[in-house]
Amino acid sequence: MTQQPRIELSPKVSDEIRRTTCYMCACRCGINVHMKDGKVAYIEGNRDHPVNRGVLCAKGSAGIMQVNAPSRLRKPLRRVGPRGSGEFREISWDEAISTAVGWLNELHETAPHKLAFFTGRDQSQSFTSFWAQNFGTPNYAAHGGFCSVNMAAAGIYTMGGAFWEFGQPDWEHTKLFMLFGVAEDHDSNPIKMGIGQIKKRGARVIGVNPIRSGYNAVADDWVGITPGTDGLFVLSLIHVLMKAGKIDLDYLSRYTNAPVLVNAADGPDKGLLLRDENGKELVIDRVTGKLTPFDQPGVRPDLSATYEKDGVTHRPVFHHMAERYLSEEYTPEAVADRCGIPASRIRAIAAELARVAFDEAFTIEREWTDFRGETHKTMTGRPVSFHAMRGISAHANGFQTCRAIHVLQILLGTVEVPGGFRFKPPYPKPVAAHPTPHGQGRPGRPLDGPHLGFPRGPQDLQIDDKGNALRIDKAFTWENPMSVHGLMHMVISNAYAGTPYKIDTLFMYMANMSWNSTMNTKGVIEMLTARNDDGGYVIPRIIYSDAYSSEMVAYADLILPDTTYLERHDCISLLDRPICEADAAADAIRWPVVEPDRDVRGFQSVLIELANRMQLPGFTNEDGTPKWKDYADYIVNHERKPGIGPLAGFRGENGDQQGRGAPNPDQLDRYIENGGFYISHIPEGADYYKPWNKAYQDWAVDLGLYDSPQPYLFQLYVEPMRRFQLAAEGHGERQPPDNLRDRIREKLDPLPIWYETDQTGNDGFTVNALTQRPMAMYHSWGSQNAWLRQLHGRNPLYVPTKLMREHGLKDGDWARVTSPHGEIVVPVMEMAALNENTVWTWNAIGKRKGAWALQPDAPEATKGFLLNHLIHELLPPKGDGLRWANSDPITGQAAWFDLKVKIEKAANPDDRAECEPVFDPIKSPVGTGPKDLAWKVGK
Amino acid sequence: MTQLPQSTQRKLGLVIDLDTCVGCHACVISCKGWNTENYGAPLSDQDAYGADPSGTFLNRVHSYEVQPEQGAAQLVHFPKSCLHCEDAPCVTVCPTGASYKRAEDGIVLVNESDCIGCGLCAWSCPYGAREMDMAEGVMKKCTLCIDRIYNENLPEIDRIPSCVRTCPAGARHFGDLADPESDVSKLVAERGGMDLMPEMGTKPVNKYLPPRPKDRIEDQVDVLAPLLAPVAEEPQGFLGWLDKALDKLPGGRA
Repeated sequence: MTQQPRIELSPKVSDEIRRTTCYMCACRCGINVHMKDGKVAYIEGNRDHPVNRGVLCAKGSAGIMQVNAPSRLRKPLRRVGPRGSGEFREISWDEAISTAVGWLNELHETAPHKLAFFTGRDQSQSFTSFWAQNFGTPNYAAHGGFCSVNMAAAGIYTMGGAFWEFGQPDWEHTKLFMLFGVAEDHDSNPIKMGIGQIKKRGARVIGVNPIRSGYNAVADDWVGITPGTDGLFVLSLIHVLMKAGKIDLDYLSRYTNAPVLVNAADGPDKGLLLRDENGKELVIDRVTGKLTPFDQPGVRPDLSATYEKDGVTHRPVFHHMAERYLSEEYTPEAVADRCGIPASRIRAIAAELARVAFDEAFTIEREWTDFRGETHKTMTGRPVSFHAMRGISAHANGFQTCRAIHVLQILLGTVEVPGGFRFKPPYPKPVAAHPTPHGQGRPGRPLDGPHLGFPRGPQDLQIDDKGNALRIDKAFTWENPMSVHGLMHMVISNAYAGTPYKIDTLFMYMANMSWNSTMNTKGVIEMLTARNDDGGYVIPRIIYSDAYSSEMVAYADLILPDTTYLERHDCISLLDRPICEADAAADAIRWPVVEPDRDVRGFQSVLIELANRMQLPGFTNEDGTPKWKDYADYIVNHERKPGIGPLAGFRGENGDQQGRGAPNPDQLDRYIENGGFYISHIPEGADYYKPWNKAYQDWAVDLGLYDSPQPYLFQLYVEPMRRFQLAAEGHGERQPPDNLRDRIREKLDPLPIWYETDQTGNDGFTVNALTQRPMAMYHSWGSQNAWLRQLHGRNPLYVPTKLMREHGLKDGDWARVTSPHGEIVVPVMEMAALNENTVWTWNAIGKRKGAWALQPDAPEATKGFLLNHLIHELLPPKGDGLRWANSDPITGQAAWFDLKVKIEKAANPDDRAECEPVFDPIKSPVGTGPKDLAWKVGK
Repeated sequence: MTQLPQSTQRKLGLVIDLDTCVGCHACVISCKGWNTENYGAPLSDQDAYGADPSGTFLNRVHSYEVQPEQGAAQLVHFPKSCLHCEDAPCVTVCPTGASYKRAEDGIVLVNESDCIGCGLCAWSCPYGAREMDMAEGVMKKCTLCIDRIYNENLPEIDRIPSCVRTCPAGARHFGDLADPESDVSKLVAERGGMDLMPEMGTKPVNKYLPPRPKDRIEDQVDVLAPLLAPVAEEPQGFLGWLDKALDKLPGGRA
């Protein structure tokens, strides 16, 4: 045998590990950042962290190329050329802050509504909203309106929490996992971990998605549904299950409003729930046969009994559900063609749901006491769980579809039981525990309350006496009454049009509104650059903060360069969107594991400096001195209520209190020692049935999640929706405009319905067109990342086999794709595992020349493209003189998955080198990246 | 020509589960990160921000569509790296002895100081698992993270290849395939683990677990149909059933 070389088997791994939180997407995993010579050498998952338990996705590991990306902005910038040119001069922070204060302070003191402050991939919304509230503008929201507000709103209105980061399947026990419209997702690593875990023990995964990629590729059964028909499919499953009696009657009677009586008397209360003088919903007690509030000790709410009074029969919600869902219109045979799913398959799926929920039910010996005071010796598991996301959300019928999915899982009795779907603290949290929206701006003073909330009825709309919107995005108006995340996608077009009013300054953070984060990209670019007759811009001032040279930079007048996520403080707060698990409350921080090597500042600290310079209320002590010097100071010392601050861990002067306690000056150090996070486990026995479980409710109060126990019933029937319907029927003082009455009556049905989305202008456009983000880039702009862009550097249009044949296309050909709004020319590739009438592409691969420090001939800028060019924020004219929004009529969610196109082979394929439309390059404020990389930090 | 050891005491390798790999590329980038900073030359990238970026990756994920005779087309994600073959042609073809297979654990490595970058090994590998680093001019390949698996500076739990440690779906497993009692050997036995292209005679150590059969829910409907027998055909009949069913619940009147 030849001599083997001796190799070093135990090299030194790093000088130090700094544990912080990832920000390469919305998942917020714990990371170990290995340092060598003071530099980031290697990033891996933190094994102790509750979110990812050591694993890490491609984005997370590629973070080193983000913190070193050549696209990082270096210094504040002041525009010198026309908007869109990319011509800037570098300025000092003093000048940048003075300029911003000069613009903003006058607005704060005279007309705060003239500031529109909207944030994109912001993970500090409890802070940015606090800032906007104290500035006094009603015009604040993050990007939920075009992301997944339907998912959040439908979940909270129905059951006090949604899929997404509000909850998760009980991975330990579930045996059937059904996911709808999910490519990659928030909670991206936990879902991958969960799928791996349940498949290992032979659980079945059913994927409902027109595209069989990612999670759907590993699903045991793939349902390649017609886009936008998921609600119809789910209502058919409900039909079959109800008809077969495969529903959990005990669960429905105890924990939902199925037994609550619905007022049948004609008049202004028709369709509202019967309540006692304290506002408690009324049911018939099956034991006594008497009318009683639902929550009394010993009461067994009756799903069947009706209540007669004054010659009127009031029926329980469950009767209304039976009447609707047992109707022949929901039989599998009636829906099969529209859904593109054979009736036999729908029945088979219903049967499997029934079999697993009921025949595989199991019992856990764990005692718990419900809100009626009844003690249960055991917990019954129903091992069926669901998850849904943007493929459901981004349709104009998405809210009702999300509702239908929740109603299905509630009928099966699988929510908050072993094996089913479980909430993560601070959820469950009913609508009653959320604020209502507020929009009354007052010069020099804070807004009258939080911007975003959950309307209970017309009284909570943000409109003036004449019905005009108070907010620039027209959220909480009759056009979209329950727009609980605002409508970021309408801000620029409304500001451009001057409706409902003109604004002065548009202030945005991490939102690429002139490119992939908007519909109608070309139109939005024109709006951002449009000028008045006097030569001034229609949107007079634009301030933008981003860490990178994104497409949006060129369209702002003042750039406030942010740090990367490894150079900053952040808190992932229980006041906001935390990182809890179903068994625990948890929150986390980011801290500067490296100092910036450029003249950049964390955006939140810049907001504090702006607030201090303007002496904004909320940021200023009575003696006029600032409360906080920077974001780290705010994280530690801000109290939202006495004893409750952004971070729940290590509170109190000695750091030994959790949830509630005085600020602890050493809190951030304690988090760093603990791996960057804090976790508090829910005691056994409090861990399931949380909305109704006394022990959980008491634990949540102790931790500061609630001020008092908040037990509630799941809202199969959503009464606030009925209140909007009543207004549309002519009841009440606040009345919708006549042109919206029919739509409100039809669409705001308090029980889930399915309707085909508005097809105006779609004649001849018959192919569905969708986008997904690849897992290696989800919620992350990867094209600047030298490693990730080698995985996904171009994005063909994937076309199903049938359409390839019909149009004589082969891989690499160019196709002209047309919608009622626009046209693109793009390369195609055949995909067989795809709904036969759907095309799709990876979103946000396409980049504009000059952005992201890429060379102008980068494939992202030549062969990458956006479908956004085909989607308008408004529907085509209907001929009624009005333009209707391309959004969900309930929440205003941007309906970008409703896109219909036609496709044809494009001419001259041999000459063509670039997609259409072609945009002029923008001048890069940071130049372009280096040619070659051979990276090694350690010697 | 370099000789292979007649046998190795252990056969360290990977078992990759194609039934659960979601194609997320986590393993690809984790590998890039670790191996850029560790064994040998960094994994370089050419034209990193330009028209034709191409870098050295020791592990790549390919996706293939499969059209079964009946039913919908399927998509299989297929991670691929060096399979640490028992009869590794890349070793025997190496003119300088730089390519070798370790006698103690079977790991195939390149001794970079002896590598002349001739590329013969890449040519001989039927799997395309070797990558020439264009900056360094040496051949790179999967080392099974030899600088992790024995590394006493790492906690014991972390002495596994970085791709295995990071895989979110748990689709990658590492162990000794010479030991029939090892977890990986048992997994291969239970799940019918397969060699990649066995006809090449390379006897790869790495194994792949095949995807389970898919899209069978309708075949099971006969078994399941009684579950869906209607309790009533009409809504009124349903309410009658409801009343009786409620009586049977705990606390009901029955």
